[in-house]
Amino acid sequence: MSHAFYVNLSYAAAVLVVLALTLWTYLDGKAQQRALKELEAAGIRRRSAAHQEEKGQP
Amino acid sequence: MSEPIPAIKKFSDLANPTVFLGLTARIVPFLAVATALLFAVGLYLSFTTEGDYQQGETVRIMYVHVPAAWLSMMCYSIMAASALGTLVWRHPLADVSAKAAAPLGAGFTFLALITGSLWGKPMWGTWWEWDARLTSVFVLFLMYLGLIALMRAFDDPARAARVSAVLILIGFVNIPIIKFSVEWWNTLHQPASVMRMGGSAIDPEFLRPLLVMAAAFTLLFFTLHFLAIRNEIWRRRVSAQRRLAARMANREA
Repeated sequence: MSHAFYVNLSYAAAVLVVLALTLWTYLDGKAQQRALKELEAAGIRRRSAAHQEEKGQP
Repeated sequence: MSEPIPAIKKFSDLANPTVFLGLTARIVPFLAVATALLFAVGLYLSFTTEGDYQQGETVRIMYVHVPAAWLSMMCYSIMAASALGTLVWRHPLADVSAKAAAPLGAGFTFLALITGSLWGKPMWGTWWEWDARLTSVFVLFLMYLGLIALMRAFDDPARAARVSAVLILIGFVNIPIIKFSVEWWNTLHQPASVMRMGGSAIDPEFLRPLLVMAAAFTLLFFTLHFLAIRNEIWRRRVSAQRRLAARMANREA
């Protein structure tokens, strides 16, 4: 097989690995953010955030 | 996030997860743009520079193989530093950093193994050889997978942090073995040619794309690492708040 075949396959593997890692990081972030929003909507707040609200801070 | 970001006055302020989240939000956009620019330049150089007189076109595989292999070791070293942070200083974000880095390290080690194999077939005439360098990198890959499994095997994150930190430090012995394997043993893999005594032995024609691609991959790693730490902080907040919700529901019932 030609050298170009091995070169192209290597770059394709690099693109796949980089895209997979980036996509996984992005989607994981989205999922955690969604879970935090749902909890907040259900009235569950972080203790520190709840304290600040009691003290009248933003 | 709409939370106010406390100011960073000293290094230890970064131990505060909220401070770290603020820092991440500020620097990740710059890191991501720099990564994209470096990749654009790096890929352009990778495909426009000349082929090697012996390796021919396959020298271009080196521009992804070598950075991936460097990252596989750098990532483990960062995890080892984080493990020290967990065990010695009990830094609250150290184990978050180690846990977030492990899948990234596994990904780059996998890429180094695959591209090495794709270079080995046309150049050495074999996909794989159990020589010291290849075997030690394969062991590194298995260690990443083992650590990923171990870090997720405990319900208590503090316990997972201590156990995996000890294992990370034990496994760190593999890093110098990988680095010096090509000198200690008679390997099919060639010895170091960039970071070696007496300076680089690579022609600038090949060194330029290699260094730009290495910088691009390194910035990519840090971008993803920052984001993965942020995700892990959020994940822990979610589980803490779910526990809180369960306790409140219990009290009401």
